Amino acid sequence: MFETILEPFGYPFIVRGMAAAVLAGALCGAIGVYVVLKRMAYIGHGLAHAVLGGAVVSFVMSFNFLIGSTIWGFLCAQLITLTTKKRKIAYDAAIGVITTASFAVGIVLISRYKSFTRDFETALFGNIVGVTGGDLVALAAVTAGTALVLFVAYKHFLFTTFDGDVAQFYGVPTGWVEAMFSLVLAGTIVVSLQVLGVLLIAGATVIPPVSARMLTDSFPRMLVLSAGIGAVCGFFGIYLSYFVDVSSGATIVLVESAVFAVVMVYSSVRSRLVALRRREASAVPSSSGADAAVASSAQPIKTEGD
Amino acid sequence: MEINGLSCGYEKQKVLQGVDLQIMQGDFVGLLGPSGSGKTTLLRSMLGAVDVYEGEVLVDGSRTTEKRPRIGYVPQLETIDWNFPVTVREVVMMGRTMENRFFPWFRQEEKQLADRMMDRLGILHLAGRHIRELSGGQQQRSFLARALVSSPSLLLLDEPTSGVDVKTRDDVMHLLHDLNHQGVTIVITTHEINAVAVHLPRLVCLAGRVLAQGTPYEVITPDVLRQTYGADMPVIHYEGMPIVAESPHRFARNGASNGAETTAGHSHSHV
Repeated sequence: MFETILEPFGYPFIVRGMAAAVLAGALCGAIGVYVVLKRMAYIGHGLAHAVLGGAVVSFVMSFNFLIGSTIWGFLCAQLITLTTKKRKIAYDAAIGVITTASFAVGIVLISRYKSFTRDFETALFGNIVGVTGGDLVALAAVTAGTALVLFVAYKHFLFTTFDGDVAQFYGVPTGWVEAMFSLVLAGTIVVSLQVLGVLLIAGATVIPPVSARMLTDSFPRMLVLSAGIGAVCGFFGIYLSYFVDVSSGATIVLVESAVFAVVMVYSSVRSRLVALRRREASAVPSSSGADAAVASSAQPIKTEGD
Repeated sequence: MEINGLSCGYEKQKVLQGVDLQIMQGDFVGLLGPSGSGKTTLLRSMLGAVDVYEGEVLVDGSRTTEKRPRIGYVPQLETIDWNFPVTVREVVMMGRTMENRFFPWFRQEEKQLADRMMDRLGILHLAGRHIRELSGGQQQRSFLARALVSSPSLLLLDEPTSGVDVKTRDDVMHLLHDLNHQGVTIVITTHEINAVAVHLPRLVCLAGRVLAQGTPYEVITPDVLRQTYGADMPVIHYEGMPIVAESPHRFARNGASNGAETTAGHSHSHV
């Protein structure tokens, strides 16, 4: 029994995959807090598609995949921001136009250059078995870099996310903060692709922060909780996928969805209990209050006419 | 603050034209006008946040388009995301974001300053509460505290009494008058004539340009109101304060029977 529980840890590729899933889960969970609070949940989904175009362009140009895709994703995010600012186009519409166009560039190049050797299915669904030492180092580097940015510019990110329009009146360089956020988000998506894939990455950037939001009203606590939920779900997702023998990325997202469902039931029960207690407290008058009510009814109020 | 011959707007569309205005240290000015009259645009021009086509806005001698002025800004409460996970203290501390900008944390002195400001505005005991849990007046005080901890030379408030009940409106206006008496220069926008505008020391009436400025007695006249709102609005003077019949049709039908001598014409009427 005990040996069965520990069995997955006997395989180095599973341990590597778990480490990658924990890092990717924490990274997507943390950056997802800003994504969700800025009401741009669709951006993760869109940028994941967009970086596929960047990956193929990098391959065609014989450029480093990670750097090329990150720059491509960053430029797409900047283009989305620019489009919404300069033209009267809604944010979600701009994401739809730019990211699908970028995705289409990738597909066109794949069909044109048949020599594109990267596994297209892995890009779409993720493949934890294929995580190399290099992937893990890249993931760790981006996680450390993102943590550093979010820590150093914590005040600026908080104000800009809360109310970017007013933040600029207080001198916050919101343009730089938004650009830095786009860069960090693009990097997060690129290094998480191997674990989660293009189609599932949106779940990892949205589900943990939404679950964390239901548990707390504090921003820093939400940040820590969301990263924690992402990391724990990443670990158990890989662990379960080993035994059930199904796609690792999909299992991670399903575990996150299960956590979301449990948290939703918990918070709904909790708020009902709080409301019930408040009702009970207001319905039962204290003895002094009751006495006062009796006293006041026994002494009619005198008016000037009396 | 000096505004000289200002024409400004957004995306090449002029909202305001030929605005000349001077605001001195210790002033309390209300920008009055209907929706779309340019109140918020004039407020944003003071923040350097609109396109200036002609003229200039000078704060402490510097153009706002070149050097962002040190101004405390309180937005309309309707624009706030009340589900955002922040406490009152975190909102107030946002006003200190650009002090020690390269430090990720706030210094002890800054936290003490925020505590003193919250104490001054009577919300220190709510510092750890989520902003959604507060009443309208307490929410307004939280955003006022955020503006004041940034040590501004000027305080701008966009519709500070919009969407709040009568008591909260009264509280907010008393608080602003108190702050003004303590030396804070304040500019607010409002579309509430009787409840807010007539109680301010100085008014600027807008409708794409400045139609009138001065004391409420000088500005709230049937002539100015007709130019501003495009309707006849009788003005009654009660204990030296102008009161406007804001529903002219109803007033025209019942006004005489109320016993108040009024006209919708050029002359003032007195009770």
